[in-house]
Amino acid sequence: MQKYSVFNLIKNAFSNHENWDLAWKDPTPKKEYDVVIIGGGGHGLATAYYLAKEHNITNVAIIEKGWIGGGNVGRNTTIIRSNYMHDDNALFSEFGMDLWRKMSQDLNYNVMFSPRGIINLAHSDAQMNVYARRGNSMRLNGIDAILLNRDQVKEIIPMADFSDNVRFPIFGGLMQPSAGTARHDAVAWGYARQADSMGVDIIQNCEVTGFDVSGGKIKGVRTSRGDIKVKKIGLCVAGSTNILAEKLNMRLPIETHLLQACVSEPVKPILDRVVTFGAGHFYISQSDKGEMVMGGDLDGYNSYAQRGNLPTLQHVLTEGIAMMPFLSKLKMLRTWGGIMDMSMDGSPIIDKTHIEGLYLNCGWCYGGFKATPASGWTFAHTIAQDRVHELNAGYNLNRFNTGHLLDEKGLGTKTWIS
Amino acid sequence: MLHIKCPHCGMRSQNEFSYGGDATVKRPELGKEISDQEWNDFVYNRKSLRGKHWELWQHISGCRQWIKVERDTASHEIFKTLKADQEIS
Repeated sequence: MQKYSVFNLIKNAFSNHENWDLAWKDPTPKKEYDVVIIGGGGHGLATAYYLAKEHNITNVAIIEKGWIGGGNVGRNTTIIRSNYMHDDNALFSEFGMDLWRKMSQDLNYNVMFSPRGIINLAHSDAQMNVYARRGNSMRLNGIDAILLNRDQVKEIIPMADFSDNVRFPIFGGLMQPSAGTARHDAVAWGYARQADSMGVDIIQNCEVTGFDVSGGKIKGVRTSRGDIKVKKIGLCVAGSTNILAEKLNMRLPIETHLLQACVSEPVKPILDRVVTFGAGHFYISQSDKGEMVMGGDLDGYNSYAQRGNLPTLQHVLTEGIAMMPFLSKLKMLRTWGGIMDMSMDGSPIIDKTHIEGLYLNCGWCYGGFKATPASGWTFAHTIAQDRVHELNAGYNLNRFNTGHLLDEKGLGTKTWIS
Repeated sequence: MLHIKCPHCGMRSQNEFSYGGDATVKRPELGKEISDQEWNDFVYNRKSLRGKHWELWQHISGCRQWIKVERDTASHEIFKTLKADQEIS
């Protein structure tokens, strides 16, 4: 593989950049693999990369119905954080933060990781207490957290609404300085390029049509480009999880819902943090191009549409304008939607299943992008060793049977309520 | 925007409704011995179909009645609406 470096950049300039190697190949599927990963998104690509790098398993195929990085890894608002209260979520996410910090060097691909900090705004005394508790839990788990008062928040984001007589006055906020953003497409492409270089076959435009299961064991997978013999399959298909689960006669604690995001026209630098509204569901950051990147609530009903509906967008942006009134002057550049695998307790599932050789990675709800490296790393471990790692032990499927739910937000089973 | 025909009030905008999830999920019968798996299926597990999906909505800013709606989860086309006590045929 050709290394990306200043030296190579200069060298290729002499040939008008026409002789760069392809970042990854376009192979025809082989008849048999050791492991097949279904879903060429961030998590699937990361899983294949860590299978090759950490476990030396390189006879691996990634099967993707569309093109790699065309799903949620290309549709999110690029926020990376580990500001969780529960141990399972906190330790998993913080492990991921370490991988994020090293990612550009590790992948030899600039993912533009920008640890600019995230501030969750509080709008009441009670909310300040809740944030103090969460911040303390984070610090006990070795994650940086600072409780800010109103004046401290005002110093950092003076453009927020600090006027009198607002419906949701800003009382303060909880900040994780090490949180931030990254360039989402680069994450997918970086993992794909490295996985490919280690021998992983990235097979695009290849739809899974069925599975060969006999005696409770995975024997193979049927695809639109032929049958493949394989003993281990990793399912990493986010919003399409239920569609494939149905082919396996499995019912999962997952519903597929639509989440929208949008960007404004680009403006000069004004916001150098990620900020979330505490009295509703709205988050915002500014991209390097100057666009305000915004998102919020689910559309609120089961959807596979990958496109949004205006009432929700209006609702979300109303919250944004309440928090930062200057947003009302901006024009909207683009809006889009992605389909989320909403789990019934708001936490993901990375686990083995009752079918031998079938591994499950789903239920990422709003938080799939930031989990990409940790999810890939732990899922690769689970597949390679045929047992869960302690980092993803809390993300087991059986918790819905035993009642050991990981309900970070305390919302219960109504995934569409936010 | 969706337009939902409330069986009580007629065609109304989506803004008047709130969602209530899969309408085919049935609570296990009272007084019957129930396995953990059956409870699990009732409380957590969902088919989350792509395509035609029977679901509950409440006409919260209208007559406040719960209704059943058959909607395509990919195209959002609405085929049929029923009163809450009408059986899905």
